[in-house]
Amino acid sequence: MKYAYYPGCSAESTARDQYMSVQEVSKALNIELVEPNGWTCCGSTPAHHTDKLLSIALPAANLLMAKKMGLDMVVFCAACYNRMKVANHEIRINPKMRKEIAAILREDYDGSVKVHHFVELLIKDVGVKKLQEAFSHSLDGLKVASYYGCLLVRPHEVTDFDDPENPTIMDSLITIMGGESIDWPSKVECCGGGFALTRTDIVIELSNSILGMAKAAGAQCIAVACPMCQVNLDLRQIDINRTISKVYNIPIVYITQLIGLCLGISPEKLGMDKSVVSPKQIIEAVKSN
Amino acid sequence: MAIVISKDKKEAGLLNTVKEISGIDISSCLQCKKCTNGCPMISLAKVTPSEIIRRLQLSIGDSILNSDLIWMCASCEICFSRCPMHIDMSAVMDALRMISVKKNAAKQKGNIPLFNKWFLKTVRAFGRTYDLGMIAAYKAGTSSYFQDAEKVPVMLKKGKIALLPSLKADKKYIKRIFKIRK
Repeated sequence: MKYAYYPGCSAESTARDQYMSVQEVSKALNIELVEPNGWTCCGSTPAHHTDKLLSIALPAANLLMAKKMGLDMVVFCAACYNRMKVANHEIRINPKMRKEIAAILREDYDGSVKVHHFVELLIKDVGVKKLQEAFSHSLDGLKVASYYGCLLVRPHEVTDFDDPENPTIMDSLITIMGGESIDWPSKVECCGGGFALTRTDIVIELSNSILGMAKAAGAQCIAVACPMCQVNLDLRQIDINRTISKVYNIPIVYITQLIGLCLGISPEKLGMDKSVVSPKQIIEAVKSN
Repeated sequence: MAIVISKDKKEAGLLNTVKEISGIDISSCLQCKKCTNGCPMISLAKVTPSEIIRRLQLSIGDSILNSDLIWMCASCEICFSRCPMHIDMSAVMDALRMISVKKNAAKQKGNIPLFNKWFLKTVRAFGRTYDLGMIAAYKAGTSSYFQDAEKVPVMLKKGKIALLPSLKADKKYIKRIFKIRK
């Protein structure tokens, strides 16, 4: 299995742990990830706030690189994933947009590169059987809340990622790992996303609600598939403690970190020392098969 | 909600500009308020998504541009995904944001246009974002150095934020793309 892999800017900064865990898991499962040489930013929210053409051209440039490599594109960051999917969709349905993008990039891109999120690849391409065979460790009944957030599932006609109101793809991964995937109502709620810096008050409010629901449902940790969700839910527990006097102490882990632990990879190699809320209790809960 | 319209104030300019930028036709909105009921910002904002649509339909003018929700919308797309008439409210919000910057509408809490400006400046300069540079510039512009100041050293120590910008991007396409912006 060989894919073009788009790490996204956060992989070099606030989501180094995500990057490390994706690399380690891929190595263990023989998934070959090739980064497009010199990939560039997808533009994220500031681009679509500012200029529609800019917001399509930035991801299109990277998709064009993948097209030249003759490979499907794999993304982990939910925001990058969403922008890539939107760019493909716009270019496919809007001939005028395709022409304008071609004029800017000075090369035509037809919107044809398939974009997958890393967890989709695990279920669809690696498969349950191969994963089960590869797991040397188990989550041993650990209660995990799978949190999908906004950008993987919406808009459904563009991302086509699982069920938009009740996705279960991460839950099934938790079950395969021997964890208990808890039923909770905040799977696809918003954490405040890109407001981390600008409207921290909103992030605190929304993250508090999500963490509260996870705690009420008995979650021992929350598994995420987006760097923005991870930072908001993890880092803002400090502020929630300070401003609302609520103590959650719920570790926010990337789903790939849990998978890595079940593959017998060391927590350090998975970047598990980087989060604010210590995932020590999670690491200790993992048992050898 | 009470929307007051004075006869001589009716202008369709904003509605047309929103349609032009977003390509979205809002005339089919039924005011079912599914967007409003799903909106995560609704307990925090002074206006609702369905109210913004109604005000646009009634062509009451540029006062909409001063709505706090325009800059509180996180583009979570709940509104679009639940709309029975398939109106892409997120695209409408993007258009309203662009127009409000252009028309210099009242600054809202958080000064998100400033954040967007510095985010895109780092992308233009390096081909990728540079968190620390962007944070410093934004904080200087909003005089909010104090907020989160204690977190940066911890994140640096843990390797949870990069100290220096990445220089690995190939800027061939970036240069071509940013030519569209002066």
